[in-house]
Amino acid sequence: MSAGLSLEAVGLTKRFNSFTALDHLNLKVEGSKCLGFLGPNGAGKTTTLKMFTDLIFPSEGEAFINGVSVQRDRKRALSVVGDLIESPEIYGSLSPREALEMSGALRGMRSEEIRARTKVVLEEVKMSEWTDQRFGRFSKGMKQRVNIAAALLSDPEVLILDEPSTGLDPRGMAEVRSIVRSLKSEHRLIFMSSHILSEVVDVCDEVALIDHGRLLFYDTLENVSTRLNANASSVELSFVRPISEETIASQIRPIPGVTTALLVGPQRARLIISGGPETQAQVLERIAGARLGLVSFEPSTSALEELYLREISKGD
Amino acid sequence: MAATPTATAESTSRTIGQVPETWRQSLLLSRYQFRDYLRSRRFILMMAIVVAIGAIISFILAYFHGTTTIAGLTSSSDAFYGSFWGGGAYVVIIFAGIIFGGDAIAGEFQNKTGYFLMGLPIRRAAVYVGKFLASLGASIAAMVVYLVILVGNGAVYLGTGFFPFALVESFAIALLYLLALLGAVFLFSSMFKNSLYAVLVVAILFLFGFTILQDLIVALVKIEPWFIIDYARVTIAYPFDATLPPHIATTTTMGPRGTRITTTTYSPTYPEGLAIMAGYFIFTAIAGLFLFEREEFT
Ligand SMILES: Nc1ncnc2c1ncn2[C@@H]1O[C@H](COP(=O)(O)OP(=O)(O)OP(=O)(O)O)[C@@H](O)[C@H]1O
Ligand SMILES: [Mg+2]
Repeated sequence: MSAGLSLEAVGLTKRFNSFTALDHLNLKVEGSKCLGFLGPNGAGKTTTLKMFTDLIFPSEGEAFINGVSVQRDRKRALSVVGDLIESPEIYGSLSPREALEMSGALRGMRSEEIRARTKVVLEEVKMSEWTDQRFGRFSKGMKQRVNIAAALLSDPEVLILDEPSTGLDPRGMAEVRSIVRSLKSEHRLIFMSSHILSEVVDVCDEVALIDHGRLLFYDTLENVSTRLNANASSVELSFVRPISEETIASQIRPIPGVTTALLVGPQRARLIISGGPETQAQVLERIAGARLGLVSFEPSTSALEELYLREISKGD
Repeated sequence: MAATPTATAESTSRTIGQVPETWRQSLLLSRYQFRDYLRSRRFILMMAIVVAIGAIISFILAYFHGTTTIAGLTSSSDAFYGSFWGGGAYVVIIFAGIIFGGDAIAGEFQNKTGYFLMGLPIRRAAVYVGKFLASLGASIAAMVVYLVILVGNGAVYLGTGFFPFALVESFAIALLYLLALLGAVFLFSSMFKNSLYAVLVVAILFLFGFTILQDLIVALVKIEPWFIIDYARVTIAYPFDATLPPHIATTTTMGPRGTRITTTTYSPTYPEGLAIMAGYFIFTAIAGLFLFEREEFT
């Protein structure tokens, strides 16, 4: 049941003086899914998300959440939203428990609900042991974790997250990724900006790419690779020892189904395999059999990366 | 609950909580803000200022007690409170306003705490009013401490009449002055996204800027400075005055070489003083909220 879940930008435009940060964005995302909102630095991602949360006001156009205009009725539009924009600060004298209590009370949650959810979300972001410490002395990453917890507090059906893993250590980033993945559920729409392609590939179902304030494309992740190279899959191989260009030329490229084989590191190669999963299985078995020291293979994010780079370079 | 056609969207929602009405949200927010103030260093600073002023007054009273130097001050409760409350409460109020209100709005932008609040389903008005109430509460706490110190001294030197009704009346007027001042402080706080500017401008204006302006206007333009909040401040002392100062007083003195210098002094009438403060409060509160509603979190 994902009736009613939607985020929509209609001609959404933001100008800062004469500079156009977002240029007539038209985008409608519907249903339970995770949308990765991609774009290079300064593309207009944060600008877009801020208009969806009424932190800034459009020069033109409107943003809708579940059909409710954020600009006309922010309170109702945001009542179903949990958001995290630009790593907010929390009053230094409050503890995570109190900050979440304030946030929950303002959202109209009952105190038992707040208590129960506080425990759950702080556990989720691994901040339980800091529940009653004051914010003043928290590190950036710790604050970000609590901000994520605050966004999740009301178990909102719409999540708007602006680079949720910024400021976190590698383990923290992985944790956020797995939190977002676990949040994907029957009735939830997640709108997450990022410039980390692998993060988006990892957790999202759809991607929208913007650059210079313009939407370049919006599609499902599966279609991204198809768009680039129909019926082809991209795989990245790792080897225990360095392999040479000659080895690739003589042993890998000739395998039927391999359309491209490139050395991308001393011990890494990227293949594009045309044909279905059957062909892919045969190719990989042949490589494993060739005793080149293959240790792993994984679907690469390169399709998205290639499309990303190609689309972005068009604009320049 | 408003019976809107979209009620169904809320009933199928998984999101926990029915967002409270705006006035409730303001009260809720003010509670957390007030708690934040109580725990902050600025609260200690404010109390230290009040206690220091109180200590100086207590010391002077004790030291000069029984001498002619201060005999006038302790001769009656009107004289006593007229000087120390009527003439001194505004200092406490101005400090409180600056300390508890100066960065109230500007700080939300500068310290990025606003991003935490404004992402919630809450109207900006609720945030503004909630913060205003918290600043008001903290400032009243400072006023009450000052009052208690004075009344304590009054009990020592004034005898049975140490708590006159005029003091209650004057306290109420002081509250009105506090409202007007906080309104203005919040207006400036909304105008600047930088806390330091906001605090500086407010401090300069209220500690001496308005006084200088008022003197200049009276001296040069020769009109009643009814539009300056400082002008209305003396009203706080009116409950202790047996006779109020004349609304307009003109004195003529002989200057050098036989010239005549005419000086006009204006004093607000009692209702006028109250009206100026109320007017300031209403105007600044509306203007400040108007600005805050339009300010962007960029
Ligand atoms: N207050 C502002 N005044 C002027 N220009 C601004 C303002 N805020 C943003 N911009 C400009 O708008 C453009 C888009 O900014 P935005 O923050 O949306 O980018 P982003 O996609 O979020 O980038 P990043 O990946 O670095 O976070 C940038 O060129 C930025 O310089
Ligand atoms: Mg950004």
